[in-house]
Amino acid sequence: MQPIHLAWIDYTILLAYVGFVIGIGWMLSRYMKTSADFLTSARSIPTWVTGLAFISANLGALELVGMAASGAKYGISTAHFYWVGAIPAMIFLAVFMMPFYYGSKARSVPEYLKMRFDERVRALNSVAFAVMTVFASGISINALAKLLTNLLPWQFNLNFGFIHLDSYDSYLWICSGVVLIYVLKGGLTSAIYTEVLQFFMIVLGFAPVVYLGLKDAGGWHAMNHSLQAVAVNPSALYLKDAGISYASNAWTSAWTPVLAGPAHNPMGVDWFAMIFGLGFVLSFGYWCTNFLVVQRAMAAKNMTAARNTPLVAAVPKMFFPFLVIVPGMIAAALMSMPEKNYRIPPPIVAQANYDQAIAAVKAANPADPAAAVTAVGAALGKKIDDKRIESLIKAEAGGKLTDTEIKQGLYNSIAENDYDSVILSLVKKYCPAGLLGLALTALLASFMSGMAGNVTAFNTVFTYDLYQAYFAPGKSDRHYFLTGKVITVLGIVLSIACAYFAKQYNNAMDIIQLVFGFVNAPLFATFLLGMFWKRATGTGAFIGLFCGIGSSALFHALTIAQGNAPGVKGGYVKVLSTFPSEMAQNFWLAAFAFTVCFTFTLVISLATKSQKTDADLKGLVYSLTPKIVDNNLPVYQRPAVVGIVLLIVCVILNLIFW
Amino acid sequence: MGLDIRWPIGLMFTLIGVLLAIDGAVVKSDHAISLGININLVWGMVLLVFGVFMLAGAFKGGKNPPKA
Repeated sequence: MQPIHLAWIDYTILLAYVGFVIGIGWMLSRYMKTSADFLTSARSIPTWVTGLAFISANLGALELVGMAASGAKYGISTAHFYWVGAIPAMIFLAVFMMPFYYGSKARSVPEYLKMRFDERVRALNSVAFAVMTVFASGISINALAKLLTNLLPWQFNLNFGFIHLDSYDSYLWICSGVVLIYVLKGGLTSAIYTEVLQFFMIVLGFAPVVYLGLKDAGGWHAMNHSLQAVAVNPSALYLKDAGISYASNAWTSAWTPVLAGPAHNPMGVDWFAMIFGLGFVLSFGYWCTNFLVVQRAMAAKNMTAARNTPLVAAVPKMFFPFLVIVPGMIAAALMSMPEKNYRIPPPIVAQANYDQAIAAVKAANPADPAAAVTAVGAALGKKIDDKRIESLIKAEAGGKLTDTEIKQGLYNSIAENDYDSVILSLVKKYCPAGLLGLALTALLASFMSGMAGNVTAFNTVFTYDLYQAYFAPGKSDRHYFLTGKVITVLGIVLSIACAYFAKQYNNAMDIIQLVFGFVNAPLFATFLLGMFWKRATGTGAFIGLFCGIGSSALFHALTIAQGNAPGVKGGYVKVLSTFPSEMAQNFWLAAFAFTVCFTFTLVISLATKSQKTDADLKGLVYSLTPKIVDNNLPVYQRPAVVGIVLLIVCVILNLIFW
Repeated sequence: MGLDIRWPIGLMFTLIGVLLAIDGAVVKSDHAISLGININLVWGMVLLVFGVFMLAGAFKGGKNPPKA
């Protein structure tokens, strides 16, 4: 993708945002007196703020870029990640689980596990979580650095003795530095405030892009109409290999193609994997146990606020598909309209390769283009659209084209799509200077807060659940306060290391789903049994969780998705089962891991004696906790009522897009 | 906690709204890219209204609401 030209107004907006987030950190630092202030916000944040932060912490690099990518690849079915894969879990968390998290006064999710079970379970969870957060943080900041490298016109090449820094390195370290400053100064509250700021920037920054894109495509119905043609022949847009065809509603209907079976929807999933794997296991596993989001609810002012936080978050979450998924659908629709002169950007090819290919086109014999077509394909190193290359060769023979024109022709003939570039290509297409700055800053903000959110979750778990629990218990609060700051720096450094690691891989969304599957799927089984069955014991939980994570790895090692080579995608020990798509593989992996953990926890709990008495477990288990009385609250504030209303709205949305 | 979040949000969007609106009104740019709409002016005004709305809330808010 060619670098974007930014005007002074765009840079002003960008710098204003950076200035504001650092300023927020600075202003909050005077209120950071205890470790609780710094690491957990000491239960002081109003509901609407925690609610928006809750959803914003999740709305990182993945959502904007990944959802637009998936919207192009799969159409409105992507909304399942929201309507099936988030809303029900958020409501469950609010109504049933927050009372235990908040009421137990645990400062983190692992701490709850320690109170409910024992130190072993806490240790396993905190170590796994710590690793996961720095990984997620690294992915986020890596994506940002890559984006800026490809986008901004400046190229850095700095040399400090033997250390060589290129553009990617510079952007990585600068952005990490900004995050470090505001998190170090203002702690979790800083992260929460900037997350809310980011939320508004994303909504206000991208709404115009969606509006303009829809207008350009001719409106909602015209877009759907185009997508019907796309569904019947997706290979024309390089969405699938040649010969694959779906029913015309594959991109515009969320349920019918899924119910029809894996061969009938572009995601390649069956309804059982969708509902149980995504809708139950992965979804509940993430929203109900991931400390990154739960931490924001735990920062609320009181129990009612804590329970309402996920519900407040569920409202924008339900409507987000229209902001983040629709751009992908617009991109696919536009690409199918030849007069729009738009294509989903192809993967990046080096200029040197383009030069080779241009030479091959010029040297081609128009009467027998086949050899030249092969040469072009080899030069570019990507799959190419033979017909387009042939017509390009003919055009070149007919009247000499400029090198730029040939390059454009080659660009349009690459038969692969880089879906992660979709949202950016639309921003470039429709945003004049000014709005461009806003949209890019919103994008930047979401990547940066992906890092900030993960680092603030990491530093809390590391300080309280690892350092205080195992290395240095019984010290003064001042000691832990300072430790929290040191760990913040450590978290940023580790994230940068993970960023360099993540630099190797392409579609971040799939990788994250896989990692979450490994760790989260079994975890929800542990919580489910822990919170609702008092007979669950520490030994049962520990072994169950351990085996759950282990079985994820085992499942991954023994299965593969169609079209993937054994290796990082799975099947590296032996391929026992092949799935129609990676997504299907992930969903089934989650279902499997959950079942293993659940079964082991159940069986071993029955075989071991509980170390905790009923009195110990009061407030931690459903049957031993007094039910919360909501009668004194106005009806619209009662979590159960709000939850039901939200579920109904969610069902209606599903029906509209059936 | 100390700082009411509506202050920085309100300030930022008021600032950005003003910037965009001025750019839209004053700079004679080609609006073809945004399909003929002067999107900077229009959206700048929307952001300005939003920013002012937030600031108004921060002015009135002052103290956090009492415990529920």
